[in-house]
Amino acid sequence: MQVSLSRRWQKIFSGRGAQGWVYLAVFALLALFPLIAGLTIGNPQAASEGAGFFEGLLQRAESGYAKFWQGMLIQMLILSIFAMSYDILLGYTGILSFGHAMFFGTGGYAIAILIGQHFNWPFFQALGAVVVIAVLQSLIFGILSLRVKGVYLTMVTLAFAEMFFILAEAGDFRQYTGADDGLHGFPVPAYLSATEHRTRFYYLALILFVLVFLAARRLINSPTGRVMIATRDNENRAMMIGFNTFWYKLIAFVAAGVFAALAGALSALFNVSVTPATLTTFRTIDALAMTIIGGVGTLIGPILGAGIIQLLGYWLERWFGANWTLIYGIIFMLIVVFLPYGIVGTLRRRSFGWKAGWARWKQLLTGKAAPG
Amino acid sequence: MENSYILETHNLRKSFGGLVAVADVSLRVKPRTLHSIIGPNGAGKTTFFNLLSGNLQPTSGRVIFKGLDITGIPAYRTAHLGIGRSFQITNVFPNLTVEENVRLAAQSLGHDNFKFWSHYLHYSHYQERAREILEQVGLADQARLPASLLPHGGKRKLELGILLAADPELMLLDEPTAGMAREEIPRLMEVIQQIRQQGDKTIMLVEHKMDLVMNVSDWITVMHQGRVLAEGAPAEIAANEVVQAAYLGDLYGDLSEGMA
Repeated sequence: MQVSLSRRWQKIFSGRGAQGWVYLAVFALLALFPLIAGLTIGNPQAASEGAGFFEGLLQRAESGYAKFWQGMLIQMLILSIFAMSYDILLGYTGILSFGHAMFFGTGGYAIAILIGQHFNWPFFQALGAVVVIAVLQSLIFGILSLRVKGVYLTMVTLAFAEMFFILAEAGDFRQYTGADDGLHGFPVPAYLSATEHRTRFYYLALILFVLVFLAARRLINSPTGRVMIATRDNENRAMMIGFNTFWYKLIAFVAAGVFAALAGALSALFNVSVTPATLTTFRTIDALAMTIIGGVGTLIGPILGAGIIQLLGYWLERWFGANWTLIYGIIFMLIVVFLPYGIVGTLRRRSFGWKAGWARWKQLLTGKAAPG
Repeated sequence: MENSYILETHNLRKSFGGLVAVADVSLRVKPRTLHSIIGPNGAGKTTFFNLLSGNLQPTSGRVIFKGLDITGIPAYRTAHLGIGRSFQITNVFPNLTVEENVRLAAQSLGHDNFKFWSHYLHYSHYQERAREILEQVGLADQARLPASLLPHGGKRKLELGILLAADPELMLLDEPTAGMAREEIPRLMEVIQQIRQQGDKTIMLVEHKMDLVMNVSDWITVMHQGRVLAEGAPAEIAANEVVQAAYLGDLYGDLSEGMA
């Protein structure tokens, strides 16, 4: 029984031998993280007197560094969902979108406005609406932008996202969107408050993350997903063997849009604020950078990338102050030069080489092609 | 009588600006035959194929496939109607495995393309079909290799395999042996002969290797500067003096020798 159960889990998580166990181990670690953090870096005084061990552990998890690092992980999980959704487009369908923040930001605004004073919708109804809005939005803008290809598509998606950014910033809708300031302090249900119940919110983020991961992986490994990959590889030929690639790209667009909107909504709930900044190209570039660092065309890559960028951002800012982005830029360049397929991609191809990387680096600095 | 041809074109024309690539070609293809189109480079053979398969829209004229007007129908629909097309320049999915290349072609004509909630290996009949095809074209041993790692001859075989997987009624083969090593060609021609012997397919072949064309074709159309120069059985074409003088003689030497 034990064995067959774990086999089943392994199958759910990977279907491919040892890798499944790695996924399972990482998942277990993530699931136990609040308790481990409570035990190691939580404030021992936070446990109330007379509380049992487990209860005390949970109370300690809500304190000090344990709480802080859970917050970090929540943001990593949110960014991971966002980056994975981006990679469905970029890595699996070959669509370079510069407007992906549109879905992230709209998801955040949608939940904030719907549970806010004007609508007062119950939380789950609002969450359902976020999904519906994301589907409609991605259908409309997918149909419009997928009429063109390549760099034109990139530009069109950029324009659409800017449109939403301008809408969010516009003074005309100030009572709904808060214009420049965005929305803050909207009534997130008390049971979901990330300040009061950090651990609970952490598990919410973790569950959503796992669900999105499994859904994305199932999509990619479905007959539909195989056609997406074929479209990325050689769209012309995919048409020639009878696939109307437009529909497959649209499905990728919708899936990516919905996942990004969920990430955006979760981010808004966590921060209890949403600002026009969530709709900017910078947000899209974040996802792009995470995907590239981790490995385009993998799902683990964007997750790793999201984690690395979140951690780098935190540490670099602590060490270098306001100018941390300079260091970050240099690190990003080094990663791109030495790990051209991202971390996961380079590992899978076993194509890491100091020499080749060094040659590319010299070429970058001198502008001359390396000999040979 | 109208329906005794699987494919007809009526004054099919394609011009790119001032250049007329295909000039009013009217052609009829009998079902279950091997109909070759020959002609010097730039004669418009590939463009003609592109008009048939829907890769290009004709400027004027009509294409009738099995009595159905398919003029200007996009490529992804002609595939479903039963027209398969291979390319002169190798055109496969380079990062996918050889098997996946063929499996996708098999999947495309099934009814499972939009089942995004289930695993693709669940539909094992596409995989079985792919393996059969790979066996047939002689790529079974390389099934797990990314297509980009195949040698050129292997890619040509894969090209044919992708075409076969969809089981088309009309196969448009655009120089299937292009760039292949001489000693690999017989194996490929064997496959084409096999397909012929099954007897349910019509093959249109564009080819430059004249001995090969003369041996396998039932009917030959000679194109020259976008027009049909001559038509006939191989022996007639070989004997045709206009063809000889205008084109074949110059490029390929004496044809009657090849026929002997």
